[in-house]
Amino acid sequence: MAVIVTRNLTKRFGNLTAVNKLNLEIEEGEIFGLLGPNGAGKTTTLSMLATLLPPSDGDAIVNGFDVRKHASQVRHSIGFVFQDPSSDDLLTGRENLYLHALMYGVNMRNVNEKMDSVLRLVDLLDKQHVRMKYYSGGMRRRLELARGLLHEPKILFLDEPTLGLDPQTREHLWSYIKKLSAEKKVTIIVTTHYMEEADLLCDRLAIIDHGRVVAMDTPARLKKQLGGDQVKLKIRKPNIAALRKLKYVKNIKRRGDMLTLTVNESALHLQEILKRVGPVESVESRSPTLNDVFLHYTGKEIRESGEEGGYFERMLHSGNR
Amino acid sequence: MGELNGLYALWYREFKVFLRERSRIISSLIQPIMWLVIFGTGLGASISLGGGLSGINYQAFIYPGILCMIVLFSSLFFGLYIIMDKRVDFLKEVLVAPLGRTTIFFGKVLGGATDGLIQVALLIALGAAFFSIPFTAYSLVMTIIVVMLLLISIVSLGLAIGALMSSPEGFGLITGFVIFPLFFLSGALFPTKSLPAWLGTFVALNPVSYAVDALRNVILGVSSTYGLAMDFAVLFGFALIMIIVGTWAFRRMKF
Ligand SMILES: Nc1ncnc2c1ncn2[C@@H]1O[C@H](COP(=O)(O)OP(=O)(O)OP(=O)(O)O)[C@@H](O)[C@H]1O
Ligand SMILES: [Mg+2]
Repeated sequence: MAVIVTRNLTKRFGNLTAVNKLNLEIEEGEIFGLLGPNGAGKTTTLSMLATLLPPSDGDAIVNGFDVRKHASQVRHSIGFVFQDPSSDDLLTGRENLYLHALMYGVNMRNVNEKMDSVLRLVDLLDKQHVRMKYYSGGMRRRLELARGLLHEPKILFLDEPTLGLDPQTREHLWSYIKKLSAEKKVTIIVTTHYMEEADLLCDRLAIIDHGRVVAMDTPARLKKQLGGDQVKLKIRKPNIAALRKLKYVKNIKRRGDMLTLTVNESALHLQEILKRVGPVESVESRSPTLNDVFLHYTGKEIRESGEEGGYFERMLHSGNR
Repeated sequence: MGELNGLYALWYREFKVFLRERSRIISSLIQPIMWLVIFGTGLGASISLGGGLSGINYQAFIYPGILCMIVLFSSLFFGLYIIMDKRVDFLKEVLVAPLGRTTIFFGKVLGGATDGLIQVALLIALGAAFFSIPFTAYSLVMTIIVVMLLLISIVSLGLAIGALMSSPEGFGLITGFVIFPLFFLSGALFPTKSLPAWLGTFVALNPVSYAVDALRNVILGVSSTYGLAMDFAVLFGFALIMIIVGTWAFRRMKF
């Protein structure tokens, strides 16, 4: 059963169309990824699904409820971990959790055990009584994640959940997210810049660019659709005409003296390619990654490092009161 | 149940934050005390109040007005601070919660009113201890009621403005165009009985004047300009209107 359905969902800000006729169907228990460069419209999409922004056009049904007509029921079904800092700096981690429990209708009888268990999960039990202004960026992120899990929503939106986390915590979190979706059938919609994360975590992905879905499938199939392995050659004078005659060479891209080929079953054909193309300085062959998929559909490299998104800068300047 | 817990949550947050910011409590008391000590003594030394006020020194005379002043400043800025919640995503965390906007609004109002009441209580204690203000059980109860009505009104006004504003740049303007007129035109610093017509009209149009008038009557026994019944009617009406305006602003609030 689809728990999220959008039909031509559109959001315009003045002249800018941030989300353009989005059609999604997300199944119960699925981990669905939204992948796209800065400004692609990921956060805007999630905000509309969470009733924070009214759509300009089109429809969205979340857990069976129309986001326009039944905002309150929609909000009863969801949890949201925001891209930007969203806790009160003057309160401790535990106090922020307590606030959340009160606001999001957590059964208050066993609220203490619940808070303990999410704090343990993100490994913050020892910092729970520290005011959040003394948390590091990663610690704050972890606390906000724990908070999103506290009320056990049916649908969980994670907007760049692992931005700024160290690799260890990140993997920790992935396994928890997987467990959550497998055991509790929680549907998870996650946006991310990390290709590796999207690949490992998501059952299905939509690649978004300029508010449009340019590709949507499982990570494995997306990679397969590229039609083969990526072979990179460093070569001064390639014989491109000769390569074009080989039918297992699907795509040829040349940038300076770097030649990138998409080759079906490169292991079998590498010898032949090298023979025809001319004298090569170096060669590298690997199976396609989501990065290649992304590059193929958007023409852009997604920035892989942890610096983007302005998360830490915004945090530095945000000074809550 | 859910909405009640939500209301409690919002109040709890404001109250905790308030208690953690002791420096803010202290600094919010400094200005009123300076008015009482410097302005009250300085001006009081050279003027004597006429018309049935002859037994009252000027410092005591402006004390009810200074109580209203602390309400004005602390409550209006409390409401405006919702802009700071917008700058970080804390407001989103509240708005995505399954709570009605009205609940969120009332939670904030309760929080702000509590903060204000604590500051007023401190000023009452200081007044009784150092400025020989003769509080009685009756005047205390009446003072609290008047102050609560004013607190609710001004917090709501601040929240309404804050909900509609998108950046803190306008803060200075608000002080100039809202707080100062409300304060100076309230009769906080002068008797309102025998004013020139134009000024009398402005003062009578200002809801804060009725709070000052009522407080002066219940605390100092000065005869009321508008009548206590009128004072309370206006204050109730003002609070009601501000609550309606604030709720409306919250419903259409963007972030
Ligand atoms: N409230 C707003 N008013 C005007 N424009 C907006 C608003 N919110 C977003 N936009 C614009 O809409 C576009 C999509 O923004 P959005 O935040 O959804 O991108 P994103 O995919 O989440 O990017 P990032 O990876 O940087 O988080 C951007 O061009 C942004 O400038
Ligand atoms: Mg975003």
